[in-house]
Amino acid sequence: MCDTCGCNVTHGNAHLLKPGGRLQKTAEGREAVSVLHGLLHENDHTAAHNREHFDRHNVLVVNLMSSPGAGKTSLLEATIEALDGDLKMAVIEGDLETENDASRIRARGVEAVQITTGSACHLDAHMVHDALHHMQLDGLDILFIENVGNLVCPASFDLGQHHNVTLLSVPEGDDKPAKYPVMFRAADLMLLSKADLLPVLDDFSPDNARRHLQELANPAPVIELSAKTGNGLDEWLGWLREARLQRRAAMTQTEAEDAATATAP
Amino acid sequence: MPMHELAICQALIEQVEAIAAERLAQRVDSVCVSIGPLSGVEPRLLEQAFPVASAGTIADGATLVLDCLPVQVRCRQCGEVSDALPSRLICGSCGDWHTDLVSGDELILSRVELLQADSGSEAAGHAATGNR
Repeated sequence: MCDTCGCNVTHGNAHLLKPGGRLQKTAEGREAVSVLHGLLHENDHTAAHNREHFDRHNVLVVNLMSSPGAGKTSLLEATIEALDGDLKMAVIEGDLETENDASRIRARGVEAVQITTGSACHLDAHMVHDALHHMQLDGLDILFIENVGNLVCPASFDLGQHHNVTLLSVPEGDDKPAKYPVMFRAADLMLLSKADLLPVLDDFSPDNARRHLQELANPAPVIELSAKTGNGLDEWLGWLREARLQRRAAMTQTEAEDAATATAP
Repeated sequence: MPMHELAICQALIEQVEAIAAERLAQRVDSVCVSIGPLSGVEPRLLEQAFPVASAGTIADGATLVLDCLPVQVRCRQCGEVSDALPSRLICGSCGDWHTDLVSGDELILSRVELLQADSGSEAAGHAATGNR
């Protein structure tokens, strides 16, 4: 087969070489190849692999995202205390440097794997995949991935999570969803953290924050929460339990469908 | 460059390299990316990252062509399609926020132009220069 006389053109591939076809040749030895692949194809592939792995182990995976210092680790500490062993959880911590956050989680008796990203401003699916080699998923109910504190970059990378939870802390201002639309559009739940500061920082209006989120066409629920006082924790735990039940139901349905397919003639 | 655009550009170059290898290309002439404001990737930063990520690869020296797409939403209430701001995805017609994104979150490698060794005037051009 050669690329000169046309002997490699068959009925099967001729359409690819016609104008507009995937392998159309243009003038001067140029070849234009239409691709239409997402730029993050490779990341998304690994994310899908991670998700299959989570589903096989029946674990609900929640990706926590926010600015640095919005209270992700404090939320996890409060969550561990409030669950009191009712649901078994583990945490993957993403930070540029230090094991500090993982140590805080471990101090409360929960397994934590720290990913230090160096200069990378986000976690990607490959980093999470590597972290999974250091974890035992069997018997876990919920795995939290605490992403690098950053409202920009983490939004672009699917990790294989089932839900995104985005924290907006009261000192940050109620218009953050409008300023960081990519991040807040991806949120399945928005937590207004450090809500105990609302009486002091009276220019933060939870209603405005809700409105800005809705204006991103995002119907996600919003919970006002203070890890310090415990206000709102019940609602948050309720959301987690509901998400876990829905996950289990979806898995049971998939298993039933697989079994039906397997036994079909 | 601590931005994620470099990581994304490196993923882009890996895809381009695979396509060029599969097509036995000698060089990559241009790479066309369709990008929307809600992709989370800043076109200007992607342009800056491209020469860095492509240096020393088959795409070294290639032109990055960005096809910047508008933000458009379709309203679930009135059905109209309208332009929207990235920070306000509400219906331009009736103002309702129950909308679906029609365009604006794309981040797609849409097209690669390759230069071939065997069939092009590139090789013929070199031969002609040699005979001069």
